[in-house]
Amino acid sequence: MDPAISLLVIVVIVVLVLVVGVLLYNGLVTKRNRVDEAVGQIEVQLKRRHDLVPNLVAAVRDYMGFEQDVLTRVTEARASAVAAGATGAVTRDQIVAENALTGALRSLFAVAENYPALKANENVLALQEQLTTTENQISFARQHYNASVNNYNTTVQTFPSLVIAGPFGFIRREFFDAEPEADAVPAVALR
Amino acid sequence: MATTFYAQASANRRNSFLLVLVVVGLLATLGFLIGFAWSGQAWGGVGWLGIFGLVAIVMAIGSYLAGDRLVLTVSGAREVTEADRPQLVNVVREIALAAGIPAPRVYLIEDSAPNAFATGRDPRHASIAVTTGLLDKLDREELQGVIGHELSHVRNYDIRYALLVGVLVGTIALLADFFLRATFWGGVGRRSDSKGGGGLQALAFALALVLAILAPIFARLVQLAVSRQREYLADASSIELTRNPYGLERALAKVGADRDVLEAANRATQHLYFANPIKKWEERSRGLFSTHPPIAERINRLRELTGEQPLAAGDTAGLTGLE
Repeated sequence: MDPAISLLVIVVIVVLVLVVGVLLYNGLVTKRNRVDEAVGQIEVQLKRRHDLVPNLVAAVRDYMGFEQDVLTRVTEARASAVAAGATGAVTRDQIVAENALTGALRSLFAVAENYPALKANENVLALQEQLTTTENQISFARQHYNASVNNYNTTVQTFPSLVIAGPFGFIRREFFDAEPEADAVPAVALR
Repeated sequence: MATTFYAQASANRRNSFLLVLVVVGLLATLGFLIGFAWSGQAWGGVGWLGIFGLVAIVMAIGSYLAGDRLVLTVSGAREVTEADRPQLVNVVREIALAAGIPAPRVYLIEDSAPNAFATGRDPRHASIAVTTGLLDKLDREELQGVIGHELSHVRNYDIRYALLVGVLVGTIALLADFFLRATFWGGVGRRSDSKGGGGLQALAFALALVLAILAPIFARLVQLAVSRQREYLADASSIELTRNPYGLERALAKVGADRDVLEAANRATQHLYFANPIKKWEERSRGLFSTHPPIAERINRLRELTGEQPLAAGDTAGLTGLE
């Protein structure tokens, strides 16, 4: 074959390979960034919950004066969660602390069922809705994080992206794994 | 049938893609036959396809750009904020978070019939409208299921998909109509450009005639089939977001059994809604002519995900005729 044509063919193939390589690299970067964004989303929701809790405790304190232990647990759990999250990184301690706060809040709402006046209070209802949606958003954010990690990991591990992933330092990320609740069942005082 | 929402979603995507291929094939065949019948050349149809394709696209662009505003106005929807309806706006935000898309604008329609729809050409320009009836009659889990379904329409780019299919079907209709008019008003057959192959051309002409009559109807049926596949896909995608088939299933049962009629809906907008709002019309023409799958069937598919038994005949009676 004419050497000029051979050369042309080789050049075209090289260009194609480079283009495909670039596309795969960009795909990996996009997916990895989505994972990082998802982590940020979780942190945003956790922080929102930290901010809501003092308002809730203040609102119910007037009605639930006898339930000091429950209120105290909530306040302390919140403080621990804030401290555990202070570093900004997702750690096992933070997950455990946040789960403890979830448990404490559930106890609070379970006990609040005994106070009809409390349940009629508009302020408390609004706060309850805020907390419910925040809890939902935390779990949806974690779910989205897992979905993003799944997508990213699959891309890193399958051909052809796998060829690009290794040399350019794209590694697998860990799924969010909920630790067992610090408190198993909310204790409800029956009168 | 499939037992994970991933498998169901894949099947729905594949089916809708194949259906679109069928429509494309139909359009190409019609174009080729007409072109060949008129000009005697294999590529004769390309020009006609181009012209009518362009017309159909122009008609569609208007709908694409202004469509969502128009639909919202026609339906009597007004925008709501978190202060008005905190639970609704919060649920929309929650699901948007799970979907990884920006939270769409939320609208409310004053009507006791429970229903919802979503419009928007892509996730960044999306709107969701629900009726006051839906908010009153559904609890939070069920609302999440419905919002998940609607947001999935946005996330799966179903509006664009429907537009694409609409353009194809529109082109077929325009081309067939033009051909039939030209044939019956402009004299039978036009063989002035024939370059020989008279017998073959006559055959092509006959086939083109038959196809021009049948194709628009067939294309419309395929369009409706695509619409039904995308509805199933939206259900499966909703489960992907909420991971809670029971919420959506209960919502479907409640909406299906409800007897209120949505006043703002009509034939032009019926395909957008969560469940087909035109109940009387649906009692007469079911199955192939419906934009939505039957509610009983949607519920059964969700039951497959959880391993429950499908609905018994007695249960479906309450949902028959309502899609």
